[in-house]
Amino acid sequence: MQFGEVVNIVLNGLVIAASLFIVSSGLSIVFGISRISNFAHGSLYMLGAYIAYSAVHALPPTTAGFFAAVLATGLAVALLGFVIEATIFRRLYDVPHHLQLIATFGIFLIVRDAALMIWGPQELFSPRVPGMKGAIAILGRKFPEYYVFIMAMSLLILAALWLLFYRTRWGVLLRAATQDRDMVAAVGVDQKWLFTGVFVLSAFLAGLAGALDAPRLPASLGMDITIIIEAFAVVVIGGMGSIIGCFLAALLVGLLTAVATVFLPQVTLALVFVVMAAVLVVRPSGFFGRNSGASWQDPVTADQVLQPAGTRLRRLWAAVLLLLAVLPFVLPPYWLDTAIETLIFMFLAWSFYFMAGPGGMISFGHAAFFGIGIYGPALLFKYFGFGMIPNLVAAPLLAGLSALLLGSFAVRLSGIYFAMLTLALAQIIWSVTFQWFELTNGELGILNLWPDAWARDRRIYYFLTLILCSSAIYFLRRAVFSPFGIGLRAGRDSALRSEATGIDVHRQKWLAFSLAGAFAGLAGVLMLYLKGSAFPSYLDISTSFDVLVMALLGGLQSLNGPLVGAAIYRALKIGLQTYASHWNAIVGVILIALSLVMPRGLSGLWSDLRGRRAGAPGAAPGLELSGAE
Amino acid sequence: MSTQPAPAREALLAVRGLRKAFGAVCAVDGVSFELVPGEILALIGPNGAGKTTCFNMLNGQLLPDAGEVWFAGRNISGWKPRRVWRLGVARTFQITQTYGSMTVLENVQAAFLSRHAQLLRLWTPARDLYREESMRLLHRVGMAAQAGRGCGVLSYGDLKRVELAIALANDPRLLLMDEPTAGMAARERLALMQLIADIVRERGVAVLFTEHDMDVVFRHAHTVMVLNRGRIIASAPPAEVRSDPQVREVYLGSGTMFH
Repeated sequence: MQFGEVVNIVLNGLVIAASLFIVSSGLSIVFGISRISNFAHGSLYMLGAYIAYSAVHALPPTTAGFFAAVLATGLAVALLGFVIEATIFRRLYDVPHHLQLIATFGIFLIVRDAALMIWGPQELFSPRVPGMKGAIAILGRKFPEYYVFIMAMSLLILAALWLLFYRTRWGVLLRAATQDRDMVAAVGVDQKWLFTGVFVLSAFLAGLAGALDAPRLPASLGMDITIIIEAFAVVVIGGMGSIIGCFLAALLVGLLTAVATVFLPQVTLALVFVVMAAVLVVRPSGFFGRNSGASWQDPVTADQVLQPAGTRLRRLWAAVLLLLAVLPFVLPPYWLDTAIETLIFMFLAWSFYFMAGPGGMISFGHAAFFGIGIYGPALLFKYFGFGMIPNLVAAPLLAGLSALLLGSFAVRLSGIYFAMLTLALAQIIWSVTFQWFELTNGELGILNLWPDAWARDRRIYYFLTLILCSSAIYFLRRAVFSPFGIGLRAGRDSALRSEATGIDVHRQKWLAFSLAGAFAGLAGVLMLYLKGSAFPSYLDISTSFDVLVMALLGGLQSLNGPLVGAAIYRALKIGLQTYASHWNAIVGVILIALSLVMPRGLSGLWSDLRGRRAGAPGAAPGLELSGAE
Repeated sequence: MSTQPAPAREALLAVRGLRKAFGAVCAVDGVSFELVPGEILALIGPNGAGKTTCFNMLNGQLLPDAGEVWFAGRNISGWKPRRVWRLGVARTFQITQTYGSMTVLENVQAAFLSRHAQLLRLWTPARDLYREESMRLLHRVGMAAQAGRGCGVLSYGDLKRVELAIALANDPRLLLMDEPTAGMAARERLALMQLIADIVRERGVAVLFTEHDMDVVFRHAHTVMVLNRGRIIASAPPAEVRSDPQVREVYLGSGTMFH
């Protein structure tokens, strides 16, 4: 390799790093101080790119006009940030982190729809910046002037943030709040304005980053998700809340990406997440993060006694099964496919519940094992000609073994660290299916996987799905009340008591994680033969979120909640997709409402209502949706 | 009431030079003592004396900076809590630790399931396993009537009783109890301590407990050990400790301690 190529790779890496740092710094500050993992940060960045596009066209095409546009964009996004903080974020500071992610995912969906409505679906290219259209020679290679400008900007912002944090009174308070929020409140600082200020600053940085990237990259609807996942990686690697850590992590990720683009283009995406996962495993608090201990953990609130279904509930389920058995004879063919898909999602949500409810492990990457259940068999078919029956066996095995392997280090973490690691693992699997074209055909997918001849009739396939899913759910339900389930719930309720009573909490969690993975794999292969194809989109991050939302909508403290939640969420999505043009935004509003007013989901709402009627909250016996009689 | 020191036999628990510092604060500073089967040893001292830290090092929850813990002739320093438990060391916590999403009965059953290494069974319902054994223990601690209630809704005193039942499920040879009667009314306290004294007499269990209620301490302990700023300043039968001038000085101002 020639020296010039090295220079090129390094310079390209530096540009990526500069842009990543500007975005991630805002995310990191909010992470560190407000303890919120803001999934909507990438949306603010995307808005920055779109607004800058409009602003540049509205202002005179001069260098000054460009700067004015960038600054105006930053301020506009900051203002939007203020509105979001005052209406939504302010209510999120004390809710468990998975609900924060759900709520910010709701904002993400709303912004996505709003951008679609305002700017349309096409990519928008901003003109090159007046006065910076040329290229300069660096060590013999030509390099766009504007790229150098972005690098300079990132250094300027690093310096400005450093001054802000270490040379102003406000900065001292912020750093104090990063270490101990409650102490800062106790000495009389009004946290509310501190948090508002931080969020506005973070939104400003996101908007600025988007605006600065507009002349380099086209503004497009997908840039929100791409950047947020990379920014999460940077923030986790650098240490949540550390600016300097963020800077170094951005450098690392930028350079890695640039190197991989040249030498290993199949794995550029995966590489970032591999680094992120490795950092989480070796040093969960990142390069420069402090291990802030308990405050990052989820408070376990499990004071409702789980009980196996009573006679009335058993009868109800028998009736539901009977109804489902009649369904294929009355439904038109199109709706039969929808029904099968809904069954699979209900099952997937339950496999998630098994790990998240009794196990207390709220994963943000359950789609990984669903995806292995899809792509494992698809590849076995493509390369070895596996049929449906062998694949039905192979899928849960492959997914279960992967979960056994990945779980061995994942379940050691908890709270936000577990969430981030599972997110990274799922993204690794996804990027292999998306980017490793030679193996998986990338976005073209793997096609023509149809059920064996005997099961090709839709009704037969429906019954196959119904039998497999309901018996698997029955098995997992029994497991909740088996000695294994007792040990699992014991570890969630009180790890201290469990360990002092001889229970190996890690082992129980690890096996629960693996079982959940195996059953997600079964759900995956059922989906594969329903669709007849495997595509990366089946296992992207929105699938992980969907599963989480289904379970949360139903309520994690209840055995039946996830099933009800999955059914309602699917019905809602299908209904909205059919009848409403902006269904993403509507789902977004539902997610925000779920986090803010219904944190225990429908089953929580149900038992509250019943409790009110019976006079004593949650203490009434009898038939209950939540299964907690 | 027995206020006689237990007859000296071979030590069940031997602690030597235990030390633990948190930053610049030395919470436990060179603590050594021994405990023989059938002995009730009370560990007392003002708040922050290092009692709980000491406890946490005995069952492996905290790793000591220095020193050794010997149990039944084995050096168990650095062992994990669950391994220490398997040897026959059970404990209760200062802030009770029970399973909130399970009934009182299930809490005790969980301990039996763990004792008999049943925790990997996935199919059999747990409700029928070790039910009688668990109920017997709940009778013993006076919680049988509440066996079906969830632990998340119990009063503090009741939770302490459940913890005792859980601890007894493993037939322990050593019981570590961090403030076993906190949150109970005076009569309940004496009844619970009487229960523990009975168990000690029946099974030859050794008990190490911390307590703020001096009435309970002086009535039931064979030996009283006074901890102050991480060091043992006295260790003797209750009558001697009561008249120890150094102990009196440590407790000066809290006149309720000595009637």
